[in-house]
Amino acid sequence: MISMKNVYKKYPNGIVAANGLNVEIMQGEFVYVVGPSGAGKSTFIKMMYREERPTSGDIFINDINLATLKSKRVPYLRRQIGVVFQDFKLLPRLNVYENVAFALEVIEESPKVIRKRVMDVLELVGLKHKARMFPTELSGGEQQRVSIARSIVNTPKVIIADEPTGNLDPETSWEIMKVFQEVNNRGTTIIMATHNKEIVNTIKHRVIAVEGGLIVRDEAGGDYGYES
Amino acid sequence: MAMKARTLGRHFRESFKSVGRNSWMSFASASAVTVTLLLVGVFVMIMMNLNKVADDLEKDVEVKVLVELTADEKMITKLEQDIKNVKGLETIVYSTKEEELEDLIKDFGGKMGLSDQNNPLRAAFYVKASNPQETEKLAKQIDQLPNTYSVEYGEGKIDKLFSFLNLARNIGLGLILALLFTAMFLISNTIRITIVARRREIEIMKLVGATSWFIRIPFVLEGIWIGILGAILPIVIVTVLYINLYELVQPYLVGELFNLLPLTPFLFQVNALILLMGIFIGVWGSFMSVRKFLRV
Repeated sequence: MISMKNVYKKYPNGIVAANGLNVEIMQGEFVYVVGPSGAGKSTFIKMMYREERPTSGDIFINDINLATLKSKRVPYLRRQIGVVFQDFKLLPRLNVYENVAFALEVIEESPKVIRKRVMDVLELVGLKHKARMFPTELSGGEQQRVSIARSIVNTPKVIIADEPTGNLDPETSWEIMKVFQEVNNRGTTIIMATHNKEIVNTIKHRVIAVEGGLIVRDEAGGDYGYES
Repeated sequence: MAMKARTLGRHFRESFKSVGRNSWMSFASASAVTVTLLLVGVFVMIMMNLNKVADDLEKDVEVKVLVELTADEKMITKLEQDIKNVKGLETIVYSTKEEELEDLIKDFGGKMGLSDQNNPLRAAFYVKASNPQETEKLAKQIDQLPNTYSVEYGEGKIDKLFSFLNLARNIGLGLILALLFTAMFLISNTIRITIVARRREIEIMKLVGATSWFIRIPFVLEGIWIGILGAILPIVIVTVLYINLYELVQPYLVGELFNLLPLTPFLFQVNALILLMGIFIGVWGSFMSVRKFLRV
């Protein structure tokens, strides 16, 4: 359902971040993307939600070619993809409920649907009782759970997470992984860029290692493989 | 996809909030719009009235044909017939030399002692062209006819008025254009500040799949509100100013050759123009600043 074919990416400053990527990811998979800093991990992730466009090659998500997708169509692509970041990207002026509802408001969902879906996902991430609190009143782990709730409220088929545990302590990271695991169990594909060796080595999933813009390793149930 | 009423309501709320949140910048931009529109309003007021005066005067351009002293009644009748045959003629009035003298005395308030002397004046025909622009052509043709002494018309005066009007118009337009750009620049800066303050929100909106228009509309509305706010004062001032000017000047113009434009529909037209320009400046200013930020 997601595939990259001969993907190259050269930035205007001359850096080649993707030097011929070929990969296929099936619906419902859980994939770790690992590799040292500056290896092209971020570019790999960003090209999947069309934040970056490949210089050449094709990227398909559900038969949509991101390499040729018109800018005007990008919003509709994004509605099929959930994204989670290291820094949560929550809106400080909005409370937990409003932050999650925001994702549905901007795609003009009806208030009735919004209410039901938001409460459902808040229950899933275990924050229903904190719906009226503001992001600053929450711990880092709770904030990240809000951001995961926001990414899945639209029921996307794919979640793309860029170092989602990067700002969290080990214990909280495990909690977040539990949530991702739960989301994955419901059939959602998860692609997660991470530096967290312990998580990769303990919760075994497919591991894609990127170095110098190339996939140097791709194994099911693999190890992190780097010293962290 | 048609926008839902609910969404439109949201855009309105967001844009109002934003104007309030950046109240000082909004005020500064609205002031720039006010200055611009005030000048536009006054300029349009002056130009349209000058045009009206020029039109009125132009309608009144007539040719005075002086008859040779040697011409007898028969020759004068023949001349009248000849003039009537010239193409493009609208009216012709004959005035004897006695009537000419009376007019002259009347003009000078009867203070001239010409009445007891021998009348030195000539009989005249007053002729109007059906198209005022053709006056000169008409005059020249009449000049060729026998028994005309001379032909007088507002040589060059009207042309001078028109070239003055054109010059004034061009200078005014240049000034207004410069001001328009200043106002647009200020509005786009205000909107840019709003956008920077809401950068995170926009980023998230993009990530969760909001369309560009969904993101853009609140900013465009914000620009419109600033434009409308800026138009209020100019509309009030221009209205009050013109009503007072009209009431002051109009009594003196009764029976004159030219008039000011009547209050309605002129004031409606000018004020509609001011309002539309305010909105236009606002929309354009916000478009300029949103464009850069929205590139996906």
